[in-house]
Amino acid sequence: MTIRTPERIVGEGAQVGRSMPRVDAGEKLRGEARYVGDMSVPGMLHGKVLRSPFPHARIISIDVSAALALPGVVAVLTGEDTLDIDPYWGHAIKDRPIVAIGEVRFVGEPVAAVAAEDEATAEAALAEIVVEYEELPVVGTLDDALAADAPLVHDGPIRPGLFHGLGTLPDRDGNICYRYGFERGSVDEVFEQAEIVVEGEYTFPGVYQYAMETHSVIAQWEGGEVTLWATCQHPFLVRAEIAALFDLPLGRVRIIVPYLGGGFGSKSYTKMEPITVALARKAGRPVRIVNRVDESMVTTRRHGAKTWMRTAADRSGRLLAREARVWFDTGAYADNGPRVTATGADSAPGPYRWSGVRVEASCVHTHTAPSGSYRAFGASHVQWAGELQVDEVARRAGIDPVEIRRLNLLTPGEQVRPGGKPLDADLIGDIRKVADALGWDEPREPGIGRGISVGLLAAGAHPVSSAIVRLEADGEAIVLVGSTEMGQGQRTAFAQIAAEVLAMPAERIRCQGTDTRFTPYDRSTGASRSTTLAGLAVQRAAAEVRADLMEIAGKVWPDAGDAVELRDGAAWWKGERRSYPELIARRFGLSGGQLIGEGGVHPEGTGSYAEGPVFWEVCIGAAEVHVDRETGVVSVRRTATVADVGTAINPLLVERQDEGATMQGIGNALLEEMVYREGMLLNDSLLDYRIPTIEDLPPEQVCVIVENADGPGPFGAKGCGEGAFAGIIAAIATAVADAGVRVDELPLTPERVWRSSQGQPKEDAKG
Amino acid sequence: MTRIALQLNGVRRSLDVEPRELLLDVLRERIGLTGAKRSCDVQVCGTCTVLVDGQPVSSCTYLAVEADGREVTTIEGFREDPAFERIAGAFTRHAATQCGFCTPAMVLTVHALLRDGELTDEGSIRDGLAGNLCRCTGYRGILDAVAELASEGTGG
Ligand code: FES
Ligand code: FES
Repeated sequence: MTIRTPERIVGEGAQVGRSMPRVDAGEKLRGEARYVGDMSVPGMLHGKVLRSPFPHARIISIDVSAALALPGVVAVLTGEDTLDIDPYWGHAIKDRPIVAIGEVRFVGEPVAAVAAEDEATAEAALAEIVVEYEELPVVGTLDDALAADAPLVHDGPIRPGLFHGLGTLPDRDGNICYRYGFERGSVDEVFEQAEIVVEGEYTFPGVYQYAMETHSVIAQWEGGEVTLWATCQHPFLVRAEIAALFDLPLGRVRIIVPYLGGGFGSKSYTKMEPITVALARKAGRPVRIVNRVDESMVTTRRHGAKTWMRTAADRSGRLLAREARVWFDTGAYADNGPRVTATGADSAPGPYRWSGVRVEASCVHTHTAPSGSYRAFGASHVQWAGELQVDEVARRAGIDPVEIRRLNLLTPGEQVRPGGKPLDADLIGDIRKVADALGWDEPREPGIGRGISVGLLAAGAHPVSSAIVRLEADGEAIVLVGSTEMGQGQRTAFAQIAAEVLAMPAERIRCQGTDTRFTPYDRSTGASRSTTLAGLAVQRAAAEVRADLMEIAGKVWPDAGDAVELRDGAAWWKGERRSYPELIARRFGLSGGQLIGEGGVHPEGTGSYAEGPVFWEVCIGAAEVHVDRETGVVSVRRTATVADVGTAINPLLVERQDEGATMQGIGNALLEEMVYREGMLLNDSLLDYRIPTIEDLPPEQVCVIVENADGPGPFGAKGCGEGAFAGIIAAIATAVADAGVRVDELPLTPERVWRSSQGQPKEDAKG
Repeated sequence: MTRIALQLNGVRRSLDVEPRELLLDVLRERIGLTGAKRSCDVQVCGTCTVLVDGQPVSSCTYLAVEADGREVTTIEGFREDPAFERIAGAFTRHAATQCGFCTPAMVLTVHALLRDGELTDEGSIRDGLAGNLCRCTGYRGILDAVAELASEGTGG
């Protein structure tokens, strides 16, 4: 169900704003869509990775002779094979060896890799590799890592990676590899005098993104060039990292990205590419590595986090000050931890008007799998904590949760953080819409809780994108853009954007995957940026083609001036029509030729993190839950989200994005948790790590699409698909609290809810 | 090696398989039918679903030798069946696919359950599809598409 307000803005071709079917639906339904694991290249070997069984150990020796002796085994890679290059990588911090060198820092860290003629042989060879370890002390949790005498996960200096985008990285402080914080206004004074102070500690678990397709890579060295077919959200950044690692010019690394079977952040930046390239280099033949699920779980995950927070308010419910400290468990290697930390800090105050704010966030190493990006990172970790406190203030002040937000929310144009982009969304309007959609004011039965939440997420990442649009001689167009289709529907959106500009049906526009040899540069696919930034590049590229068409039309009708109209794939003047093929033929004489347009987006200022974001993504959700106090079972009965998208390029796909985010939010709030004990992951299979099934789908779900044309993207669009995730997690947490249960740790499993509702102490902290 | 003979997408095939070889590997790696995907490996996600004698099975935990003498249908075969278009049409209209990784298995499962009259109302759809995970769509589009199909009766 959708509520759409106000009337949407469409152009003459009405291509933008229509819920056309996905351009890739047919291929996907027919099973024709190819993913990396479905592909092979001539001479290809199969790679398997031997992974560390210990969270922390010294490698004393590795004997690969028995593995190499197996018939069918072509090569075995160990750390020694990488010592001819600088083998450390990491886009934020270069802290990660291609294969372990002398030491392992998490269970699952690659220790060796085998390339063999078939998978079974490669697998069998792993068992023949003899590794002698000496176990070392383990830092299993945030508390362990922050203890005064904690063993250090890393002790060398910070080596900045190519793409942290966070200015100067500070030095290490014990196990803390990055810190980000800010203080504005008078904080201590306000807390001393405040009439209401709410304080608490909150725990967010490590979570597995579970893109159903695991990380998969084919690497091939040929003629001094590396070609990768890889599950990359950010192919151009991976290209740069591979080029730097193996000392190749950028143009000699080629990355081809077919369809991705989901990403959600798990395939952002570099993951399994370096080890696959190194193995192919050693084997002298192409190699394919396809992770199992348990391997992808330890390739990257969402950070677990601990938040201490307090909020001050006056008796009337006016919010005054907030202070937060957040610790993100980034695991053994930084991955995207620094950026997650900064984004989490930015989300911690919430979108309210404060007299004082102090936030300090730390990115902390432990001997667990590295943590990186996952949908709405940062905001998901802290928004629920902040919103629980706002509700508590409301309760003490005796006002309604919707009312307290209306009183305190920032309005468009107000500063969110100094120097950054001011608020570009109507939050007060949005919160009212989501409350109405949920039925906020309806009477509630016993056992029912309702929650509402609002937050902001710094979206867009770094604003660099480019696109090429080619109008072919037959009037069909091709869009080349280096952004990855991982399910979100960007190929459809790009086709619609180009079609709107070119005044032709989107069905006649093809947009395919990235091949860095041909598709122009795009910074990344994530942070809800594709429609906004790559989409803007597509719009600009199409505009160049349009200008070309108008120029040719001007030659056809010299007296027409600006009066030529483009419509339905043709130019029109005074009832006369010239189709695009006719116009193209006119320019090139005989048939053939094409019109080519180029479009780009780059930062206006320096593009630094501080100046951003590209836009503030609105994280709004509302939920109605039923809590069974006898069993502790929480069931979500109704959810509502707001997709504040500026302009919906394809409303149905917007709605589907929010529904997907809602379901993942339900998973994160109620079910999902990577359970670690002393550095060992206890639930490393989907038998034990449960994600939502269709049975968990709430009976009622509403997505409100808000179109105020206030985004920086094409036709006033801005991205979506992440905000609802953070919004729903927080809405469920506040709804369960509303039902009378203390909430300070996610997920809200039956056991946790039961203990809390019975006033029982929490279970022992996980070791 | 054991020689097995099966009817694969309507064509008789015989091939030699190892006793431990999984149907999914045989289909994907040996025959090149990649429509069935691999994800969880433990019969939870359902993305490896194919039809054996018309019934959905998880080919990641189904031995190839068990398929001896049986009829195996993968998406590559089913997409030529008239019943495919109806299901594909509903999935397309309702945008019930995103990344598409779960989709071929979802389509095969829906077909088998519809054909057997097991999808009648929302409850039966939730029951019937509980063994097919989808991480992208949040299931709403799938539910809408299948509810529409169910309300039209078994049709093809
Ligand atoms: S791969 Fe077979 S059920 Fe998941
Ligand atoms: S569409 Fe991606 S898993 Fe279902």
